[in-house]
Amino acid sequence: MPPAYIPLLLFSLLVLAFPVVTLIVFKYLRPGSRGGPAKFQPYECGILPETSTRGRYFARFYIIAMLFMILNVETIFLFPWAVLFRGWLAAHLAAFALLPMFVFLGVLLVGYVWLYKKGALDLA
Amino acid sequence: MLDSVIFYFFAGIAVVSAVLMITRRNAIHSAIFLITTLLATAGIFLQLRAEFLFISQIILYVGGIMVLFIFAIMLVRLDVPLPQIRSRTQKWIALLVALAVGLEAGVVIWLARKVPGQGLLIPNAAPADKLAPNTEELAKTLFGTYLLPFEIASVLLLVAMVGAVVMAKKRTDA
Amino acid sequence: MSPMLHSILAFVQTWWVELLCAVLIVLVVPLIAVYIVLVERKAMADMRARLGPMRVGPHGLLQPIADALKLLFKEDLIPDNADQFIFWLAPVLSMTAALTSMGAVAIGPWFQVARDINIGLLFVVGVGALGPFGIVLGGWASNNHYSIIGALRSTAQLISYETTAGFALVSGFLLAGTLNVRAIVETQRTDQAWYVFLAPVGFFTYLIAWIAETNRAPFDLPEAESELVAGYMTEYSGFRWSLYFLAEYANMIVVASVGTTLFLGGWLRPFPNVRWLAGLDAAPTLLLAAVGAYCVFRAGKQPARAQSMFMWAVAFGCFVVAAIFTLALPFSHLPLERMHDGLYGAFWFLLKVSAYIYIFMWLRFTLPRFRFDQLMRLGWHILIPLALVNVVDVGIALALSSEFGINRWVAMVITTAATLGAAMLLLHWNDKYAAAASAALLTDSSIAEDTHAG
Repeated sequence: MPPAYIPLLLFSLLVLAFPVVTLIVFKYLRPGSRGGPAKFQPYECGILPETSTRGRYFARFYIIAMLFMILNVETIFLFPWAVLFRGWLAAHLAAFALLPMFVFLGVLLVGYVWLYKKGALDLA
Repeated sequence: MLDSVIFYFFAGIAVVSAVLMITRRNAIHSAIFLITTLLATAGIFLQLRAEFLFISQIILYVGGIMVLFIFAIMLVRLDVPLPQIRSRTQKWIALLVALAVGLEAGVVIWLARKVPGQGLLIPNAAPADKLAPNTEELAKTLFGTYLLPFEIASVLLLVAMVGAVVMAKKRTDA
Repeated sequence: MSPMLHSILAFVQTWWVELLCAVLIVLVVPLIAVYIVLVERKAMADMRARLGPMRVGPHGLLQPIADALKLLFKEDLIPDNADQFIFWLAPVLSMTAALTSMGAVAIGPWFQVARDINIGLLFVVGVGALGPFGIVLGGWASNNHYSIIGALRSTAQLISYETTAGFALVSGFLLAGTLNVRAIVETQRTDQAWYVFLAPVGFFTYLIAWIAETNRAPFDLPEAESELVAGYMTEYSGFRWSLYFLAEYANMIVVASVGTTLFLGGWLRPFPNVRWLAGLDAAPTLLLAAVGAYCVFRAGKQPARAQSMFMWAVAFGCFVVAAIFTLALPFSHLPLERMHDGLYGAFWFLLKVSAYIYIFMWLRFTLPRFRFDQLMRLGWHILIPLALVNVVDVGIALALSSEFGINRWVAMVITTAATLGAAMLLLHWNDKYAAAASAALLTDSSIAEDTHAG
């Protein structure tokens, strides 16, 4: 592991420990809880819930997640390109810097326009 | 030596999370342990000095695909523990396949231990502290040697976009 | 045993600055986050012509401490049928993601936990992308209809704006040419321009996308009180709720830090290369001395003795810090001059981050909330193409200025005008499309989609 990441690893363990330790410590410092079973019902503005929460929800959300996944991959491809862009320009490779990525983005733009027209992005 | 400790730390988390993932009854619990497995794998990438791959694993796999998984589990009501299908032959077939795979892996590791050099697959790897900055190197390779696969990847993503929407629409039109 | 101890000691000796920063972040950031809550309440009150919290401590300065103590000792309710493991895990996950992403942020050139890592800002963004998990798992685990709808909506909102956020960052990285945090600020110094002036549309999309990513108003539908009680946080009480809130404010700090580093020049003084403006170096001392003087002035007017003692203590603290800054002035051969870079850099960085966070608050108290479908339309129909066009235009501007020798600023103006033209076109098309879609819905009532399909 590059040595610079080891403090980061220790830091993330410390960050994980902070809420855990606080929760555990204060569980014993708190005064005890009192009250009947009504307190533990799920909150629905005073009425009892009628249906189970483990039901079905909008399928639209799943399509959004799929499209997000694809655009996420596209974004990840953009990062290495952005990092080398100015280097290519300095080496007078402007066409090489621009064209491959424009082709890539163009193909995905075609896809995006199709999605737009098809209505897949509505409430998406 | 520090490298070994860190490797065993991440590898241990990965293995334990994987075992927990396949033994949970609740699908969301399995998804959470899959997240920890993927994070531990990302840690192993980091340990091999592949920093960009580490962060890509986190952004794409954990941040993208696991969100998809969790949405799917929540939306299709998979989180209710399913009744198990018991079948006697199923157990024996599973045991046989597991033994076969384990035997293969053991044979490969045993044979490869005689390969000289620093690892099983990369006998001529560069020493760790002389590697060039990872993102720049990966970018140079991506846009140099692998430019055509990169462009084909865009077509692949286009196909995925169109396919996802067509399949989803078919359901709602029916 | 002893060689291991030796190697541990050697490690600590090499990395003690980073480890100290790590400990400081874990201890101090929650405290800073609760004080940002106080500033927000005061700013909210000020924009509505009232005073905000005034009782606890002078001018309400001890209000966050009182709130923190209350929340720590409050009862920890776990509802029936809630998934105990995930209910417990979700706020911890949110908090961990938010604070870990602070690790790669550099507050000034010396304060950074992950020193000079190659993927710098991408680490911050990537680990911050783990935040939605805490939300969706917490909402699901609560076994409450409001929670789960709020969680789904929130996650849908977060993933819709994450693409735009990525593209905005890409336009900044195009200018910077690197992902390393320190190198980004250095290139802004050598380019003699903050990147907000070279890529204003990029900064604008960054601002909007990350307001949506941190669930702040006007994009705060998932946690809006009038809509869903408290959305995914409904069943969380006491310290768990405060973990969610701390995670949200820590995310705000991280977003402000990334925006400052990439677009607002990081820890550079305004006009760092201009010699005749070197008088700006005195700004930290003067500012702190002014704040100290104001505290002294108010201390005499406090009604209670304890409160005026507190104000005197704050004034004293301000003067001490101002003295430290004076001792670290550059080219003055004063004792602390070596620490000039670190101290002044941290000051300018924190000033810019505070300005950015103030913009967050300002927008919260000025703009009404977006409806969910309006929010999604903005994200998918308008911002993603706009951010994409912006990336293309920044690339073209850089190529124009390097290949054809056009002045960099002229090229940027041209392409920014092109981007804004594209934005106008997008809005126009989107309006037409929305009108056509709603007209179609009104006339043809047989389009009844089964939204619960699956």
